[in-house]
Amino acid sequence: MARSVSNRAKALNTAVAGTLGFLMFFPILWIIVLSFKTEEDAIRAPLEVLFNSGWTLESFFTVQERSDYFKHFSNSVIISLGSTFLGLLIAVPAAWAMAFVPAKHTKNVLMWMLSTKMLPPVGVLVPIYLIFRDYGLLDTRIGLVFVLMMMNLPIIIWMLYTYFKEIPGEILEAARMDGASLREEILYVLTPMAIPGMASTVLLNIILAWNEAFWTLNLTAAKAAPLTAFIASYSSPEGLFYAKLSAASIMAIAPILIMGWFSQKQLVRGLTFGAVK
Amino acid sequence: MISPSVILLLGWMIIPLSLTIYFSFLRYNLITPTGNPFVGWENYYWFLTDPSFKAAMINTLVMVGGILLITVIGGIGFALLLDRPMWGQGIIRIMVIAPFFVMPTVSALVWKNMFMNPVNGIFGRIATGLGFEPIDFMGQIPLLSIVLIVSWMWLPFATLILFTAMQSLDQEQLEAAEMDGAGWTSRFIFIVLPHLARAITVVILIQTIFLLSIFAEILVTTNGGPGTASTNLTYLIYVSSLLQFDVGMGSAGGVIAIILANIVAIFLMRMIGKNLDA
Repeated sequence: MARSVSNRAKALNTAVAGTLGFLMFFPILWIIVLSFKTEEDAIRAPLEVLFNSGWTLESFFTVQERSDYFKHFSNSVIISLGSTFLGLLIAVPAAWAMAFVPAKHTKNVLMWMLSTKMLPPVGVLVPIYLIFRDYGLLDTRIGLVFVLMMMNLPIIIWMLYTYFKEIPGEILEAARMDGASLREEILYVLTPMAIPGMASTVLLNIILAWNEAFWTLNLTAAKAAPLTAFIASYSSPEGLFYAKLSAASIMAIAPILIMGWFSQKQLVRGLTFGAVK
Repeated sequence: MISPSVILLLGWMIIPLSLTIYFSFLRYNLITPTGNPFVGWENYYWFLTDPSFKAAMINTLVMVGGILLITVIGGIGFALLLDRPMWGQGIIRIMVIAPFFVMPTVSALVWKNMFMNPVNGIFGRIATGLGFEPIDFMGQIPLLSIVLIVSWMWLPFATLILFTAMQSLDQEQLEAAEMDGAGWTSRFIFIVLPHLARAITVVILIQTIFLLSIFAEILVTTNGGPGTASTNLTYLIYVSSLLQFDVGMGSAGGVIAIILANIVAIFLMRMIGKNLDA
């Protein structure tokens, strides 16, 4: 550090940033608190909720019994993992080719792929809905896997491309000089270097697919509804059951919150398409 | 090896897109089978002259504009703040960024019930406690309520991007300016802000693309109401195509939404393209 900072300035910064950070985080904190309360306690005054009421796991069990949380949870898992890995399967060869064997039009192709992501979903809502209806894909997990994969494919390709691009070409040459075959080159040199980038890509796309709330709400009813739609069913009048809504919400966001904390850096790369580094 | 992706994306783009355009010229309602005759620009005419279209356009602009204003200014503030030396910076950053990972339906419902409910919500209780009449957020100020909720979700995004950009700022340049007697304000205006300009533009463009498609937050809080007070373009199209089953009208709206999004996308694509050679 070039200049020394007085402890007082540091304490002041910490206090201000800490307070604002706490306020940003407060709604999440609050539903964590409410989820461990009974319905009667959850609607009392905030201070009473905090200091003058017991703690219970009751709401979590009720949510599971009443509305089968695990069914929706497994739908979410299948849809987000399925769309991500299917997308990866299609994206890896494309990103690989564009990064290592760039052609004259590679840049244009990449730009065009990104531009498909700029299409507002609502612009194609009607035809997708009708196609899904006609082919019996409404309210099926496979249909959602496909739609979400298509939604995120440009981001997956883009992220993989930027990661692959960072692998220095000299290493490949060195491997070739040492007599590595193409198969060995890919297996022992490229793959280990590509895995961290692929892991970040997977992480970010699971998050995006998990939280996607346009197609999941419009294309599902009961069977294939993931957690986004499950929570939406609390909009009224069940939303008035604060403890249950909180418990359901916490169970819906907890896995992604944890994953999100690990993927802050990748988020910048993935969502700005490399325009900010 | 790129062909699977290209074919899929091409199909994904062209098939629905051309169907949308095609439907937008038909009189096509799912409940009243009329044989779907070709009607030219009729759907566009009715869609564009419908008073709810005007309302939805204004709401969309207010929503996007309001959220951008809050998140960009707040994001710059947070980025500057987090860039300062402090203890526990990692934890504070996590707390600020966390809302971005909360799914839209959860954020909207939690804010609507736990905070904005006039009787049991925290805001309502504070207002009552101070002797004021609590505000019925969703009834009286639905648009502003949605702006606040969505801003809470996107402020972390702006913060994260701007904070990342801040870290590539040359600290020595700042110190040199300080030595030369530049105060905090002039350092901010002449060094920090120009350095962030690019990142700010990116935040604005990307957020605009996502914010034009706000849907779930409206669906679970106000349903677009009261009346059309909080209906945006996306929601209006959803209402006419999936609730009123008017495929033709919904498609005409869809085409308009695509055109609007493309205006923003062109600028965004240019910025990405410039950076691609690097």
